[in-house]
Amino acid sequence: MATPLVELRNISIAFGGIKAVDNVTVDLYPGEVVGLLGHNGAGKSTLIKCLSGAYRRDSGQILINGEEVQINNPRDAKALGIETIYQALALADNVDAAANLYLGREILTRWGTLDDVAMEAEARKVMGRLNPNFRRFKEPAKSLSGGQRQSVAIARAILFNARILIMDEPTAALGPHETQMVADLIHELKRQGLGIFLIDHDVHSVKKLCDRAAVMKNGQLVGIVKVDEVTEDDILAMIILGKRPDQLTPKDKEAVH
Amino acid sequence: MVTTTERGGSGQDIRRDNPIKAFFRATELDTRILGMVGAMLVIWVIFDVWSGMLRPNEGLFGGAFLTPRNLWTLLVQTSSIAVMTTGMVLVIVMREIDLSVGSMLSMVAVFGAVLQVYHLGPALGVGHPAIWIIAMAACLLAGTLVGAFNGYLIAFLQIPSFIVTLGGLIAYKGVAFLLASGETVAPMDKTFKIVGGGVPEGWLGPFWSWTLGILACIGIVLALISGRKQRKKFGFPLRPIWAEVTLAAIGSAAVLGTTRVVTSYPWPFKLIEQYATANNVPIPQGVEDKSGAAICMAGDQIVRCTDGLIYYTGYAAPVLIALIVGGAMTFLASRTRFGRYIYAIGGNPEAAQLAGINTRLVTVKVFALMGFLVGLSAIIASARLDAATNALGQSNELYVIAAAVIGGTSLAGGVGTVYGALLGALTMQSIQSGMQLLNLPAAFQDIVVGTVLVIAVFVDQLYRRRIK
Ligand SMILES: Nc1ncnc2c1ncn2[C@@H]1O[C@H](COP(=O)(O)OP(=O)(O)OP(=O)(O)O)[C@@H](O)[C@H]1O
Ligand SMILES: [Mg+2]
Repeated sequence: MATPLVELRNISIAFGGIKAVDNVTVDLYPGEVVGLLGHNGAGKSTLIKCLSGAYRRDSGQILINGEEVQINNPRDAKALGIETIYQALALADNVDAAANLYLGREILTRWGTLDDVAMEAEARKVMGRLNPNFRRFKEPAKSLSGGQRQSVAIARAILFNARILIMDEPTAALGPHETQMVADLIHELKRQGLGIFLIDHDVHSVKKLCDRAAVMKNGQLVGIVKVDEVTEDDILAMIILGKRPDQLTPKDKEAVH
Repeated sequence: MVTTTERGGSGQDIRRDNPIKAFFRATELDTRILGMVGAMLVIWVIFDVWSGMLRPNEGLFGGAFLTPRNLWTLLVQTSSIAVMTTGMVLVIVMREIDLSVGSMLSMVAVFGAVLQVYHLGPALGVGHPAIWIIAMAACLLAGTLVGAFNGYLIAFLQIPSFIVTLGGLIAYKGVAFLLASGETVAPMDKTFKIVGGGVPEGWLGPFWSWTLGILACIGIVLALISGRKQRKKFGFPLRPIWAEVTLAAIGSAAVLGTTRVVTSYPWPFKLIEQYATANNVPIPQGVEDKSGAAICMAGDQIVRCTDGLIYYTGYAAPVLIALIVGGAMTFLASRTRFGRYIYAIGGNPEAAQLAGINTRLVTVKVFALMGFLVGLSAIIASARLDAATNALGQSNELYVIAAAVIGGTSLAGGVGTVYGALLGALTMQSIQSGMQLLNLPAAFQDIVVGTVLVIAVFVDQLYRRRIK
């Protein structure tokens, strides 16, 4: 089999005694979408923040294309082509959409000054793909709706030709139409060969969008399954009971149903 | 095709608004700043009328406030605080504070003075041209290093800036006292003194003042044109032409008006006399008039008169420095990456960090920049006083922070402009010098300034709530 794009090996991280992520191993192949599921506080966001450079893991290895890499801050991750849409959105509220899209990677004029007009033009292009109704390019991010902010966060992640995309509940604030556009986007990015980690609580959409699903419970990995080899109930059982489909008793199946 | 009547991102058609709203929408003028300018002009008129009622003078409304002399002095008095305020805005925008600027100013000023008076003067010979260069460079460097040290403690050791700079406020004052042994260190090098604007060499004179003013107007027009071209290139909505013209007119009027005022303030007649005798300038014959600002010969006596030899000051060095710093800092804040990062950190420090910004480094740089500006202000203040004492700069931190806040900087972070803060500094100084003109006791001035600060913030919040 080909080398995985990303391998997270035996990742552990604790916050003051609480093991938020406990010895988790997951991999991700190019052109693949891996869903991360689990109850609230299971450790999904914490795990992917180790990959995006927001947290420093206590132990474990990260491999990109089979080579071990050091990711100590968000800049390291971005340099490796890892882009992240955070659950908390991570927008600067006081600057506009274009400034947020390009935060940390501004377009400069040949004088070395900010090229706001060029950034706005690019912003209009990419937002047009994601959310054609978006008009408020001049307003600070705090005056945008939750869904509009979400669109900006998504746009920012796809703007820089990522190889690895991390999406932490990207459709949480979106309407049905925008959710569909994100689903289309995921399909397209997948076709382009990106690897995507998708955190989502909706088992139904995970089954539709993902190739594999990794389920976490209390910081530990319950198991990784191919979504077309299991039923939605099987995944639900993993989330709620913390048991893989082959570990389920008939009584368990009753309970989930 | 985009119509030119549509503005920016809001996509609203200006024709639907009432004319006043349409005007502000089309020109994209900051109504908050206009409000501040308006308030300041009202204060000016009140002071002029009031002082005129006490003792009639040549002011616009018969008082002593709106005279070239007073406005010129006002600008010079504002410059030291103004320079520091431009840095304080960025510090506050980044959700930090610097309480140490006043004490740092005295420390740096005393350091620079001790260096030139006790060390460089005796070593190189008084008046040696290297003295002022070394002294100024030392002040700027010292300020920058002390600021960077503050920033290091805040960013890397994670001690809150309030605590670090409160410590600095107390400690740097002590250092200033020790450096000067509590004495007044004077006099400054004669070239160094020029920066204070108290000597003719520190005045630009009418010709260069007008040249500068006209260049500034050309700059405004060019900036508007290039901005318009840029937006056109990308097919973005444009401001209507009349709005562009109005903006150019308002900007140029402000520049030329200020130039007009500063070029109408004559040299003190003693200096005219000194200059004329030193350079063998012929002094015309005339009739003595004690209220005149010019000099003439009445027989073989030099007397004051209305019609005679006269020189005008034009922009004073500290005012020029403050204007240049204001322009440079506006540019830094709005046109560079560094500025963008400062605002982003103020808006959401976590987001800025996740976006890959090295927030700690930015913090150190901002405090170092603040320190540099304090060093510059220390040069201006000691040059103006022609001395340095450990009392110089006392309470300046309060005025600097107050100016930034009156100018619309939010202590919650993320919001604030350099030009707003400059206006804040000018407004505050206007109130202080206006009350001095009226001979109100100093204690009363403190009460008024404190009250104005609180009211200004209250009005600002009302305004912000209204527009939401
Ligand atoms: N910065 C932090 N400091 C301390 N504890 C934290 C921190 N971040 C997360 N935790 C803890 O780690 C555990 C895992 O949190 P995490 O955010 O990864 O959960 P999650 O699976 O993403 O949940 P959700 O579905 O609610 O987003 C939780 O118990 C949480 O309280
Ligand atoms: Mg989460």
